[in-house]
Amino acid sequence: MSATAWRGGNRRRAVVTAAALLALLASFAADLATGPALLPLADVLAVLGGVSEDRMLNAIVLQLRLPIAVMAALVGAALGLSGAVMQTILNNPLASSYTLGISAAAGFGAALAILAGAALPVPEQYAIPVAAFVFAGLACAMVAGVGRLRGATPELLVLAGIACLFLFQSLLSLLQFLASPEALQQIVFWLFGSLMRASLGKAAIVAAVLAAMLPLLMRDAWRLTALRLGDERAAALGVRVGPLRLRCFAAVSLLTGVAVAFVGTIGFVGLVAPHIARMLVGEDQRHLLPASAVFGALLLSVASVASKVILPGTVFPIGIITALVGVPFFAWLVLAAGPRTGWR
Amino acid sequence: MRLEISGLTAGYGRQQVLRGISLTVAPGEVLAILGANGSGKSTLLRAAAGQLPYQGTLRWSGPTNAIGYLPQDNAARVALTAFEVVLLGRLRSLTLRVAPSDLQAAEGAMAELGIAALAQRHLGELSGGQRQLVFLAQVLAGSPRALLLDEPTSALDIAHQLQVLSLLSAATARRGLTTIAVLHDLNAAARFAGRLALLHEGRVLATGTPDEVLTPALLRTAYGVEAAIQPGPDGHPVVLPLRATTQHDDVGHVGFL
Repeated sequence: MSATAWRGGNRRRAVVTAAALLALLASFAADLATGPALLPLADVLAVLGGVSEDRMLNAIVLQLRLPIAVMAALVGAALGLSGAVMQTILNNPLASSYTLGISAAAGFGAALAILAGAALPVPEQYAIPVAAFVFAGLACAMVAGVGRLRGATPELLVLAGIACLFLFQSLLSLLQFLASPEALQQIVFWLFGSLMRASLGKAAIVAAVLAAMLPLLMRDAWRLTALRLGDERAAALGVRVGPLRLRCFAAVSLLTGVAVAFVGTIGFVGLVAPHIARMLVGEDQRHLLPASAVFGALLLSVASVASKVILPGTVFPIGIITALVGVPFFAWLVLAAGPRTGWR
Repeated sequence: MRLEISGLTAGYGRQQVLRGISLTVAPGEVLAILGANGSGKSTLLRAAAGQLPYQGTLRWSGPTNAIGYLPQDNAARVALTAFEVVLLGRLRSLTLRVAPSDLQAAEGAMAELGIAALAQRHLGELSGGQRQLVFLAQVLAGSPRALLLDEPTSALDIAHQLQVLSLLSAATARRGLTTIAVLHDLNAAARFAGRLALLHEGRVLATGTPDEVLTPALLRTAYGVEAAIQPGPDGHPVVLPLRATTQHDDVGHVGFL
């Protein structure tokens, strides 16, 4: 009887995630259909259908809009998934790549590469994401290093993340203070977070990391669910808590590393997408992890559309838009969902 | 599974809590661990569950993954249903697609404790006693061969206390479990445990039958309490605390007490 009701609940959760996927598809289509060029929808559909012979039209849709739309969905998914895992392994509802300093570290790495500029042996378009990725990884390693200390608690890890945030923010401010006006402008633009740097090649890298990490994390789904009952209970159920936390942290580092390296600092999605998913599908991580990825993708995709339609002819950096789009939706959900968020 | 402990010392950091514990618990036996706050009861259970490093000998005669350990704290606030929490008791065999045998075990454990009606309620919506029953069902769902229970009835009303302790003692006898329970209720311990171990400052002050352990002299040493012991209606000793003979450090300095 209980099992039957539970199975019914699982079906409802699958429907919620599928509905979010459909909404994502719609948002993806809208992302392709909107832009400064104000193309008629019929023309966009013609390009996607492969029947357009207008080279300019093909270039706008396939080379400019498609990479942005794909990147928005993939980066959103990576940030949503990594946020959900971080909140679980650190037992903290405020954990995300943004609040734990990983994004700040990536920003510092990018700023360093921008300042080094011509002195670097590789072109800037590669140097910046590589530097951002390396420093995001460094921040993760610093936090994970603290986690390996004997007796380290989730709270200590969060504190280490916050220390990381302030450290890299200070270093970034120092670089900004020393930078030339041109370099400073470039750094500030990078920090806004923008999808304009997207390409299908970069999107393929994010997709590959996502495709590799999601199944790995799903293998630990039940163990992560047990971890939500606290370290001691999880250990009593047979979870090796330390190694679980470490390997999940490594997966999360890769996910956030590639995401922020290519599009810059985008807050809010990694923090809020898991909360939206949790309110709608609960904390069984078999449902929560994919749902967080889908809601992250949806949030960033909708933000990408919004960044183009708020002021026709202008594309706002997406980092500015995400919270503007997400906060009203999140507020509505918090008010509607009541006490089932799991953190109160 | 038989548990043999000898010369066990353990603690947290530099603070040593257990100072040379020796005990043996046989299959089919319920051992109640008694003692004042801070005497090392929970630490002993944690060490026996393999959750705490220790020195000395601690040997189970079977696989340690057959131990069902119920920690004391049950304050977890998560968006999981009671059924999901119980299902986690099967963690070692759970896969992404849950097997019918795991679902049946979770259902069976909830039915055994009479909490099937709570299955779809969220853990955060339950009372402390209901949560305690859910976590107990989680332990039972794992089909353990040994039970380590830290105050399993502390939040339960008297009816549920009776039900849970009767069930545990029957299951222990029927399935040949090795059951060790930390209990604060001396009378419940006398009634449901075949053997008691009284801890005092990290050492075993006495072990034996309820009649051997629940004596005024031993209770005075362990708890600092004058108590009268009388035979109960079912033959088990009943402890009647009369007055404290010493002030406990942890409450003595609080003025309004």
